[in-house]
Amino acid sequence: MRETLRVALVVAEKDLRVELRSRTAFISAVTLAALILLVFNFARDAAVVSREALAPSVLWVTLAFVGVTVLNRSFAVERENGALDGLLLAPVSRSAVFLGKYAANLVFVLVVETLTVLLVVLFFGADLRGTLGAILATVFLASAGFVAVGTVFAAMTARTRFAELMLPLLLLPFLVPPVIAGVQVTTRLLAGRPVSEIAGWLRILGLYDIVFFTLGLLVFPSLMDE
Amino acid sequence: MPSSTPSEPALLEASDLERRFGAARALRGVSLTVRAGECHLVAGPNGAGKSTLLRLLAGLARPSAGTVLLEGRRLAGRPLRARQVAPPAEPALRRHIGLLSHQSQLYDDLTAGENLAFAARLHGLDHPEDRARSGLAAVGLAERADTPVRKLSRGMIQRVAFARAILHEPRLILLDEPFTGMDPVSSDAVRERLDALLRTGCALVLVTHDVLEAWELASHAHVMVRGEWMRSGPRGASMDGFLHEYREVVRA
Amino acid sequence: MSTLAASPAQRAIRRGLVLTGIGLAALAGVYLLALQFTPIERFQGLPQKIFYVHVPAAWSALLAFSLVGIASALYLWLRDPRLDWFAESSAEAGLVFSVVMLTTGPLWGKPIWGTYWTWDARLTFTLLLFFLFLGYRALRGAMHEPGDRARYSAVVGIMGLVLVPFVHLTVYLFNTLHPKPIVLKPDSPSLPWEMLRTLLVSLGAFTVLLFGFVTARYGLARRSAEQGEEVGRGD
Repeated sequence: MRETLRVALVVAEKDLRVELRSRTAFISAVTLAALILLVFNFARDAAVVSREALAPSVLWVTLAFVGVTVLNRSFAVERENGALDGLLLAPVSRSAVFLGKYAANLVFVLVVETLTVLLVVLFFGADLRGTLGAILATVFLASAGFVAVGTVFAAMTARTRFAELMLPLLLLPFLVPPVIAGVQVTTRLLAGRPVSEIAGWLRILGLYDIVFFTLGLLVFPSLMDE
Repeated sequence: MPSSTPSEPALLEASDLERRFGAARALRGVSLTVRAGECHLVAGPNGAGKSTLLRLLAGLARPSAGTVLLEGRRLAGRPLRARQVAPPAEPALRRHIGLLSHQSQLYDDLTAGENLAFAARLHGLDHPEDRARSGLAAVGLAERADTPVRKLSRGMIQRVAFARAILHEPRLILLDEPFTGMDPVSSDAVRERLDALLRTGCALVLVTHDVLEAWELASHAHVMVRGEWMRSGPRGASMDGFLHEYREVVRA
Repeated sequence: MSTLAASPAQRAIRRGLVLTGIGLAALAGVYLLALQFTPIERFQGLPQKIFYVHVPAAWSALLAFSLVGIASALYLWLRDPRLDWFAESSAEAGLVFSVVMLTTGPLWGKPIWGTYWTWDARLTFTLLLFFLFLGYRALRGAMHEPGDRARYSAVVGIMGLVLVPFVHLTVYLFNTLHPKPIVLKPDSPSLPWEMLRTLLVSLGAFTVLLFGFVTARYGLARRSAEQGEEVGRGD
């Protein structure tokens, strides 16, 4: 168990180091977020729809697309020089590789999401009323499960290129529950509603995370077979 | 050329390996026994199945039929009956295997040193940075430790990849065209290293187009055509003789 | 090389076609039942009768999806190719039924509500199933190596099945907050006996039809896989 965690940490550290070195995925994800928000701003009739009312929906749609983009790249680095073989040849369980990839993906996604939230606040003038922390916490909670699914699906791109095109198609249905819950919670938080109203939604998010993380851990090894 | 006593248990025992990709059959009825100190040269035309064989021996791929035993323990193998669940290959067994494949398995954005240190950490080796440094020194690339891999020449990348493959001191080393893209000096360095490894009791399976490069090291020579052994056994004395045999079977 | 005795694949195709035949006959019976022997719903009138096709189609799609998920899980555990063929067949059948449901919905919605689409729970849910079926199919279509294809689609199948309850729950909760026109009024507990009877018969017919499709398709999948192997053996 300790060995699994140790290896996971080694893999995650490597991923973060590689990304920090090139920064390409990070920069393109943040730029994408800004561009989506730009489009959203022009995609409304300013006289009829206020920026603030739109903010929660815009936030979560942007998070969905940006999240998919970040995850799409997560195994690309392993495909380039067949580095995946290096991971699979090591005397470590496949689960350790999954955990490491998952952790690194989660960190990337959370960083990009935080910046997205800040951009939404900036562009859509959402009056946070001190709820920034709570909104970020909700975003993080919604991401944990979705990143697990994304890591599993992205692993399919490790050996075959075509799967990169298919990843958004496969992954977006899995975003429906987190986005529904996320928008509900965000809207209520911004409206200053009591916590009791959102507790149910938060529980759903938590359950989603636990279920899909566990499932991801279980099915990942079969994807690494040849 | 070191010899080994036949009474020793084989390091690697592959029996009746078969590998299908849908309707296509990449390997058929391939068996191989490798003992410590032996170097098995595998030659054959493109697409013969040599790389597939190496991946099976490395435990990266599962055979459609047949078994691979490493030190008597099952590395990968199809279940005996369709409904049986195949036991997973023991991760610990992989400690004994090193693979140098067509691709470098390196991360372009990291330095040579970082790549090797990562490999060392994956294998749970102590003092990963030191191991990385000495690994690079052994292939004559100590001064390139801080160069990103994308900036290295092809021959250098090959050498770093080789260093990575043997970093954890595996007993069985599988090499897929190790001399490709290498200048003569680099080839010599790698050959020397392989010879030293053979003397310490490692075993090699070396796939190559260039028989000349590996002839001196080899104790056994095999020829694979369309997924089957056309010639398999101890190396004869004459390389010309082997090449003649090779041409015969490949043309057939 | 052909054998005189029917192979398992051929038997499956035959059985499947028989079942499909029965299912279609039952479906014809349902039409008769629905049009002649079932009262017309008071508020919605004649178009309401699409209900007897709309609901069972949705049910079949969901059943098919469950089969895909279960077969996928079993495949990853047992690695029996027959389970992969079964999953593939169920997915195709499910795709057909979800399309039926998604087309009857608008057909019904237009005359009754004046709109082709409402985001009610059942339609939304089936739409999502449709996308999952599509994704599953697209993935399979792009992979040519049977082993990889089976494993990858099995993973998608399992994850999809686990997703279904979450979607159902969140969409349902979403809709209770934003009440929609209730598309399926006769769905209420006080469904008169004649309507319930027709509905149940239709459900039965659709289920038989589903198993007919799946079995026949399984036979076809098996046959083409085995023929591929035969060709390989002749090398």
